[in-house]
Amino acid sequence: MTRKTLTALLLGSSILGSAGTAFAQDVTLNIESWRNDDLAIWQEKLIPAFEAANPGIKVVFAPSAPTEYNAALNAKLDAGSAGDLITCRPFDASLELYNKGHLADLTGVPGMENFSDVAKSAWQTDDGKATFCVPMASVIHGFIYNQEAFEKLGITPPATEAEFFAALDKIKADGTYIPMAMGTKDLWEAATMGYQNIGPTYWKGEEGRLALIKGEQKLTDPQWVEPFATLAKWKDYLGDGFEAQSYPDSQNLFTLGRAAIFPAGSWEISVFNTQAQFKMGAFPPPVKNAGDTCYISDHNDIAIGLNAKSKNLEAGKKFLSWVASPEFASIYANALPGFFSLSSTPVKMEDPLAQEFVSWREKCKPTIRSTYQILSRGTPNLENETWVESANVINGTDTPEVAGEKLQKGLDSWFKPAK
Amino acid sequence: MAETSTPSRPFRWHIVVFLAPAVLVYTLVMILPLFGTLQLSLFRTVENAQSFVGLDNFRTLFGDPRWAATFWNALWNNTWFFIIHMLVQNPIGVVLAALLSSPRLRFSAFYRTAIFIPTILSFVIVGFAWKLILSPLWGVAPNLMDLVGLKSLFTPWLGKEEYALTTLGLISVWQFVGIPMMLIYAALLSIPDEVIEAAEMDGITGMSQFWKIKLPLILPSIGIISILTFVGNFNAFDLIYSAQGALAGPNYATDILGTFLYRTFFGFQLQVGDRNMGAAIASMMFFIILAGVCLYLFTIQTRLRRYQY
Repeated sequence: MTRKTLTALLLGSSILGSAGTAFAQDVTLNIESWRNDDLAIWQEKLIPAFEAANPGIKVVFAPSAPTEYNAALNAKLDAGSAGDLITCRPFDASLELYNKGHLADLTGVPGMENFSDVAKSAWQTDDGKATFCVPMASVIHGFIYNQEAFEKLGITPPATEAEFFAALDKIKADGTYIPMAMGTKDLWEAATMGYQNIGPTYWKGEEGRLALIKGEQKLTDPQWVEPFATLAKWKDYLGDGFEAQSYPDSQNLFTLGRAAIFPAGSWEISVFNTQAQFKMGAFPPPVKNAGDTCYISDHNDIAIGLNAKSKNLEAGKKFLSWVASPEFASIYANALPGFFSLSSTPVKMEDPLAQEFVSWREKCKPTIRSTYQILSRGTPNLENETWVESANVINGTDTPEVAGEKLQKGLDSWFKPAK
Repeated sequence: MAETSTPSRPFRWHIVVFLAPAVLVYTLVMILPLFGTLQLSLFRTVENAQSFVGLDNFRTLFGDPRWAATFWNALWNNTWFFIIHMLVQNPIGVVLAALLSSPRLRFSAFYRTAIFIPTILSFVIVGFAWKLILSPLWGVAPNLMDLVGLKSLFTPWLGKEEYALTTLGLISVWQFVGIPMMLIYAALLSIPDEVIEAAEMDGITGMSQFWKIKLPLILPSIGIISILTFVGNFNAFDLIYSAQGALAGPNYATDILGTFLYRTFFGFQLQVGDRNMGAAIASMMFFIILAGVCLYLFTIQTRLRRYQY
């Protein structure tokens, strides 16, 4: 019902909007997106803020269902009926659109300098010469913990790996709480919240990730196998029957207060805020020795680009410059705690947990998930294989060395690094 | 125009007209897609265009060590899934039908309905309900086993490589045991009373009556059930997908041809879908099922003795 009304409203507004153009020479920009959850935020906060500052440009946010988005967008782009602004998925899906000439080159758009190279890497050509989407938000990995449990047991958030395992031992010895809420049933939990969470500390973030793409490092090298070895040690601290524990199970275990630590992605923040009855804190992936540089996975998730065949290229670019501005970053990040602006200028956020997560950007070096760029283009797909192997390592089916070997072998079967 | 010399019989249009809807619909939704799939498996996308590559996709499927390993793993898992059904589902179905057809059993209509109900449930509900029942965290299975002192035997079955597929097989048996039961029940009911009475006159009663009289008479039904089980199992997908996801974890232990096809054809997560390799797998599934059905039709069914009452 409500969705129908909304659609009708949207349709109405877009027709009225274009009717207006004829008289007042207004320009209407349509945004294609899969984030229908964000409709209210766009309509109530983002669009009014932009329109107030830019009279003469109207913006309509027209999202479609996430699962249909890629297919629907491709069809619309081919038919020439797509909106002016296009929300970009990270990496290959958007790169393909750019290569087909559907997305405009945005390298020189003012505001682009507000983003670091890592932030832009998800929406660049492989050589990094052209950027075709303005980064909007990323998600950060870390650990969320039950503050009451920590206080009761006298534990402070661990900074090093030794402290991390000491804390886990202490929680386990006490027995009130399950030390860590994670399962291997859904596979991706082990890979995304486990391997990609703690891994960057070992392979030194961007340094290791890029070396892997260049072929200078291999997944059998110690810095890539060690995170698996650490993951294997987690096994003893997970709940009974973690092999059949799914991702929602883990979430519930934690928010019900039965588990002390949750290996997390920042997107959990808004969910946990509404469900958990206790105070929560967060700490970044622990480093090996005190004083080491810390690395965090600050993974690019969403961006926005310009339809190359749009009739309103100038207005579109104006809007994108605004998306690149600190003003947009601040509104967006506060409306969606856990989706962090990729802008280099720090954004002030109200949510304490979100603040904690984003504060790591200043002391730690950010990187993105190692498997996403280029390395998941072929078959077998490195990301999906990493899911399976991470779960295998925690279940004890494969040793860390075997896991590394299997992944490298799969990668070697199709990936030839550019020398 | 000119009068025909011999009064020919008018063309019997009504036959064509009556057959047309069924033939048209069946051709549209079954035959065309089947040949479309076979055709698709002979092509490959080269530089954004489909080009004919002959049997190359099949060569990749069986020649490339990774593809071949996944395929044989899926085929073996599928075979094991089928074996479980043949060893558990069908014998239980026969026993239940025999019990139900016993004239002394009270409330047989109730049992019949109760046992048949899971069959009409959606796979998603079955998968979800059993996932909950067997959940080590909130499931009733660990508590129930604790009540009878068997807690030590409980393991997270769906998460263990060695048990997951068998567990899923048994869940599927639970769901579908109603179908062989109903078919055999119907076959048992159709045995004429005279035959049974004659047997009783000859002093064959009880168990030996079942083995010597009833079982031979329902063998054709058991044959049909076996072939239905075979086709159903080798086309299975839904239960595995709803309980274990498209990667059919842990470590591909529950991967069957259906999930392998799904992952390949539609892609999964960062894996982009490959329609041509997917079609090759679908074609292999078709050939396997075709071979199985032919084997049954030409070797087993022709040898089954039929009795005329």
